[in-house]
Amino acid sequence: MSGIVEGRVWIVGDSVNTDAMYPAFALKMPYAEAAQHVFHQLRPGWTDEVRPGDIVVAGHNFGIGSSRPVSKLFTELGVAALIAEEFNSLFYRNCINYGLPALTVPGVATAFHDGEIARLDITEGVVENRTTGARFDVPALPAMLLDILDAGGLMPRLARDGYLPA
Amino acid sequence: MGMTMIDKILARASGLDEVQVGQTVAVDVDMAVLIDLQFTTNWVEPLKINDPDKVAVVLDHAVPAPSAEDAVCGQRARAFVGKFGVDRFYDIGRHGICHQVIAENGLALPGQVLACTDSHTCAAGAYNTAARGLGIAEVYSVMCTGKTWFTVAPTIRYELVGEKPEHVSGKDVFLHLAGTYGDATNHNLEYGGPGLGSLPMNDRRTIATQGAEISADFSTFGVDDRCRAALAAVTDRPLVPADPDPDATYTEVRTIDLSALVPYVARPGTVSHNSLPITEIENRRVDQCFIGSCANGQLDDLRIAAEILRGRRVADGVRLIVTPASQAVYRDAMRLGYLQEIADAGGVVTNSTCGACFGYHMGVVGPGEVCLTASTRNFKGRMGSTEAEIYMSSPATVAASAVTGVITDPRKVLA
Repeated sequence: MSGIVEGRVWIVGDSVNTDAMYPAFALKMPYAEAAQHVFHQLRPGWTDEVRPGDIVVAGHNFGIGSSRPVSKLFTELGVAALIAEEFNSLFYRNCINYGLPALTVPGVATAFHDGEIARLDITEGVVENRTTGARFDVPALPAMLLDILDAGGLMPRLARDGYLPA
Repeated sequence: MGMTMIDKILARASGLDEVQVGQTVAVDVDMAVLIDLQFTTNWVEPLKINDPDKVAVVLDHAVPAPSAEDAVCGQRARAFVGKFGVDRFYDIGRHGICHQVIAENGLALPGQVLACTDSHTCAAGAYNTAARGLGIAEVYSVMCTGKTWFTVAPTIRYELVGEKPEHVSGKDVFLHLAGTYGDATNHNLEYGGPGLGSLPMNDRRTIATQGAEISADFSTFGVDDRCRAALAAVTDRPLVPADPDPDATYTEVRTIDLSALVPYVARPGTVSHNSLPITEIENRRVDQCFIGSCANGQLDDLRIAAEILRGRRVADGVRLIVTPASQAVYRDAMRLGYLQEIADAGGVVTNSTCGACFGYHMGVVGPGEVCLTASTRNFKGRMGSTEAEIYMSSPATVAASAVTGVITDPRKVLA
């Protein structure tokens, strides 16, 4: 994979939990329908504003809470990547495992404002604010995780390897 | 370099002599537990799985089915276990919240790796198991391939000293830690020390379960005689505990004097830096009191509630809802008279399910209501309306508060 994503950013705060992104009442809905409820209590109406290719930038402890596959809802909405100061590890695993690029970048939350353009290189570990020129270098993702992203996530990989119907 | 409990388990599971913090390793998983949420509309029937003896299926979040959609999850689960010959299937009647079922059936053993679709899978850390809540896709992958990956996190060690006082429980210990130290994001928690012996297994389970609330990766306890006795009651398989090396490397060691602890309450929203000794928060009016969930629906939790409610009445205008963690807990609590005492006091005992704790059914709260819960989470909107307030405490504090109608120190009611 090229590992490069460029898009408009949305900023959210610290400790945004999975209940706030994927409420219990949406758990039994198909992903496309459940996706309409992301940030339902934090930022009502956001799902009407977000566009394919956008990037979400968050603060500390992003995604604390349940194992609900929020990253699947983000990809349904067309969100191209997540960047955070710090991820909850279960949430982070879900991002990688559903094929959504996610990068931990200390200091990133205050380096962007809503609507600015971020450029993210997941294989090199670089994030740039194309609007202000700010740049961050972080460790690249381990090869094991890049392989999962490259396959589009675990479910396509399981299909490729003969575990699921193609 | 010395290894922590989790370092040891991950090294063993990945076939390495040692692992280092920051290293990403491929591990063999000993048991994958699928819950009903795995079988939603997005379920795809696999063509093959790794090993049916390393898979268990537990129906817990929405049972008995409160809607036609939920009923279909059960149908898919039954078809799956039938097709692949999965013997460890806990359908309605043998069911319970998966972490309780895991404990009752010896599905989590010392030194092993356990994966499950629920974020509170860290509960099995009480048995020295590297247990993690994982996403639906990842549990799918573990079921199919028998493997997954972990990045080794740094470990915080809790050195427990002193004896836990009566009427202080595992929930209070956890709320003290969360209130004092806050989040442990991307860290493992390890519990041990000379005070461990004064913590019953139900309290260890509560503490391990709640590691998810401070964003920890794994939370594991050492194996002592109490733990061995609990495991001997459910399994005859050999135990291979992962004891930390004497020179294990910790990012921090925090000593907790259990004898100095009091009942705690978490205010709504989060437990991190938001939990206070009850003396600082008493007398808040409550509409609903809830005892249940994987954290506090255990038999001992129901016993504590029954002891407080015996000969007393739930206050007018207050609802007390009690959800045993499993059908086995329900049956034991019925036999021992706890359910009778709870019901006689005006409480409602429900079937075992994750129901109210995750805001789905049987105890959901409305706008403007105040709930005091002994469940797992106090997030805004967790138990229903986003305009409700969810306070969190031990089963003793919840039961005492149900009697008075305001948040109450259980030591006063029992005095």
